[in-house]
Amino acid sequence: MADDKDVLRDVWFGRIPTCFTLNQDEVTEREAEPYYLLLPRVSYLTLVTDKVKKHFLKVMRAEDVEEMWFEYEGTPLKWHYPIGVLFDLHASNNVLPWSITVHFKNFPEHDLLHCPSNSVIEAHFMSSIKEADALKHKSQVVNDMQKKDHKQLWMGLQNDKFDQFWAMNRKLMEYPTEEGGFRYIPFRIYQTMSDRPFIQKLFRPTSPEGNAHTLGDLLKEMYPDALTNDGKSPHKGTRWVNTLRHSSYPTAYLSVISFGDGRK
Amino acid sequence: MSDSAESPTETQKEEPQPPADDSATSEEKKKIDVLLKAVGDTPIMKTKKWAVDRGRTVQSLAQFISRFLKLDGNEQLFIYVNQSFAPSPDQEVGVLFDCFGSDGKLVLHYCKSQAWG
Repeated sequence: MADDKDVLRDVWFGRIPTCFTLNQDEVTEREAEPYYLLLPRVSYLTLVTDKVKKHFLKVMRAEDVEEMWFEYEGTPLKWHYPIGVLFDLHASNNVLPWSITVHFKNFPEHDLLHCPSNSVIEAHFMSSIKEADALKHKSQVVNDMQKKDHKQLWMGLQNDKFDQFWAMNRKLMEYPTEEGGFRYIPFRIYQTMSDRPFIQKLFRPTSPEGNAHTLGDLLKEMYPDALTNDGKSPHKGTRWVNTLRHSSYPTAYLSVISFGDGRK
Repeated sequence: MSDSAESPTETQKEEPQPPADDSATSEEKKKIDVLLKAVGDTPIMKTKKWAVDRGRTVQSLAQFISRFLKLDGNEQLFIYVNQSFAPSPDQEVGVLFDCFGSDGKLVLHYCKSQAWG
């Protein structure tokens, strides 16, 4: 992993300039100024927006405040997706800063999970780590860790400490050289034109013949109709995979966004 | 999530059903077999094996189990895969089946308290 450190650093410290604006239907005692923040791509919205909440609560009465939630152009933003996934999925085609609307009322029960405290985020994060390790190592690595090791992963993310996080996470990213890779690659494909959460299947890092699989191979398998035989370029006339972004989030899930809307 | 606010009458027809005759299964099955196992002092279900729509969410399945066991509305129900992790409530059981199913079924453990960190 040492050779990758610069890449890991770049992914970890990726930021999205964001402008938070209070929903205009909220009752305030005076006008609410927008609030600007650089959001870490690898973190979760509800984990990094304490300052946003504090900022808007200054102009609101306590009785007008319920659970805070976020929306972008009419779409409620799922806090349990990494911020980078939300941005790539909903807003990457637009100019920066990313303009997010903040709500304190009418929580959209059908679209969002509640997030009453950071311990809910921690539980979600740790579950994702465990789920990914079940695919990578049959859970052996994460099960061999101690409680304090799990805590180190979480504290690293919560406090934006790259070294603290990776000192532990590197163990989750290792595999015996003789096996040539993980058992399966943890990946999720999020689709802009679908209401379904995401595509996730079993995918081996190497083919039965022993060749290393590429991202193109993965897409070819998931979208057999949309790709030509080389598995890389979209088929003439289809616009399935116009743009793709990928990066491995702290939960180790490789996230791929598929734009099905003919985006240029 | 989208199917979390069903009224009891609506859900009746959508409840998981005990698996039908296996000979009727086609290649692209809409339903998967789920085996539900209780943990600790959580009550067991008389019927353990259910045919569940692939698109059904973990949350919706948890609500079904809670109703089946007649748990209080304020009692939580945790669902675990591989006796290890709690999938996200909006995760579809079909995805879990594809990734973590074995022998043609998905084994899920359910518990009234947090069983695995």
